[in-house]
Amino acid sequence: MAKNEANSIHLQDLKPFYGSFQAVAPVNTTFASRAITAMIGPSGCGKSTVIRCINRLHENIPGARVEGKVLLGEQNLYGREMEPQAVRRRIGMVFQQPNPLRMLSIEQNVAIGLKLEGRPKKELAERVEASLRRAALWDEVKDKLRESSLALSGGQQQRLCIARTIALEPEVILLDEPCAALDPISTLKIEDLLLELKQQYTVVIVTHNMQQAARISDRTLVFMVDTSVARPRGLMVEEGETLQIFTAPQDLRTQDYISGRVG
Amino acid sequence: MITQASNYKQRKIVDQFMRGLMVGATILALIPLFLILGYVIFRGASSLSLAFFTEAYKAPQMSLTGDVQSAGGVLHGIVGSILIVGASLLFALPIGILAGVFLAEYPANSVATTVRFATDVLSAAPSIVVGVVAYILIVQRTKQFSGLAGSVALAVLMIPVITRTTEEILKLVPHTVREAAIALGTPKWKTTFTVVLPAATSGIVTGALLAFARATGETAPLLLTVLGNNNLGYSLLEPLAALPLLTYKYTEMPFPELNDLAWGTALVLTGLVLSVNLLARWATRSRLK
Repeated sequence: MAKNEANSIHLQDLKPFYGSFQAVAPVNTTFASRAITAMIGPSGCGKSTVIRCINRLHENIPGARVEGKVLLGEQNLYGREMEPQAVRRRIGMVFQQPNPLRMLSIEQNVAIGLKLEGRPKKELAERVEASLRRAALWDEVKDKLRESSLALSGGQQQRLCIARTIALEPEVILLDEPCAALDPISTLKIEDLLLELKQQYTVVIVTHNMQQAARISDRTLVFMVDTSVARPRGLMVEEGETLQIFTAPQDLRTQDYISGRVG
Repeated sequence: MITQASNYKQRKIVDQFMRGLMVGATILALIPLFLILGYVIFRGASSLSLAFFTEAYKAPQMSLTGDVQSAGGVLHGIVGSILIVGASLLFALPIGILAGVFLAEYPANSVATTVRFATDVLSAAPSIVVGVVAYILIVQRTKQFSGLAGSVALAVLMIPVITRTTEEILKLVPHTVREAAIALGTPKWKTTFTVVLPAATSGIVTGALLAFARATGETAPLLLTVLGNNNLGYSLLEPLAALPLLTYKYTEMPFPELNDLAWGTALVLTGLVLSVNLLARWATRSRLK
């Protein structure tokens, strides 16, 4: 229980800004460890912005800043002493477009994070194999580890990016629409992989695909664009068990969205 | 049924006319290039011999019949050019690349804006002006014409080219590449040097080669700094010969034999730039399948 709690993420009054514009209404929620939490909602509702606040990537955009708190266990990730790099080291991220490092080989792509940390070479080879096996990619690439990562298909590239992320053994894995650029079969492979990864990690996934959220997530957060304020911004309208969100949504906007009437 | 637009014929004619214009312009642009290359090879090839590459200047000697004999070679020029340009690359590459990285990765501050403006001004500066400045600041103070003074002058000419190409190439590296590394918890400088710079290697090499080619062919700043030397020398602290200087000097000479040497020198200069170009591309090629 204690370890479980240590890896959960708590957002407290999280307010992401672009310049003076607050992009999302204050968010308060918890992402449980050893579970998959999905964030769904139409384009522009701020779900990507929120997920990028969790590993402090949001502030990398010129002019962007964050108010409020993100806690990993009891640690405030926006604390005065906290280094963004240390946060990102513990909270891995997979992006919408597979982004393998193209001048590196498959093997080097997985090892890069560890290599930059200065781990010994002997350890790298083991961790590369273990990570590729966990990402269900090993059998497909074991004979071409030294070839360019661009020789892989889109789905394989995305699993390579996941392998690169779990090679660092983070506590949390964030995925920002990881299957948006993939075909259904590759998507299913990634989903299987996520179900496997949740045994160990706190998994947060942003997705446009409601079936995907329904298939794999334990909890679902629904975001909408709030047009009732002068400048429309994102708003979390509902959160709950995935089953409840999809069968008995409490909020009218959620009902409309998941039944396909809007969004 | 597929119907053609009514002005289809006219479109086709315009299309072919425009294509013809572009092909014509390309050929026009290439004619001088091939003329120059061809003529340099035609005139220069005849003076290439073993002695040409292994001997330094020999004073022309008149035989009793009035023929000018044995004009010697340009080894001193080849050695001088390699030393001077090599040293200037040592100055210019680190400064230029680091400045380019600074401009591309930390773009929005007043220092970067100033540096960018200064670089643009500097890259437009006439090379003779840079030569005069090097003459006043280095040659006059040390009371010595030297290869090193020439290297500094050439480095000043190279730095803006290298800086700006590095900046432009780094800006082309997709943001996703940086994010990939940043999301692994890599500090910014490490991301820059281990991920962003390698992704831009070929472009940076191109920039460095452009700068190298320009510097190797520069004559004006060398006149005021390196001075020229008829003997083979290896010290950057003394006056040295250089290929462009030799070309200039030999062309002015009243002896046709030495004028031929000028063409040979021009050919060697061209060949040197070309071979360094090929070598650098080969050395930095991608080794991944």
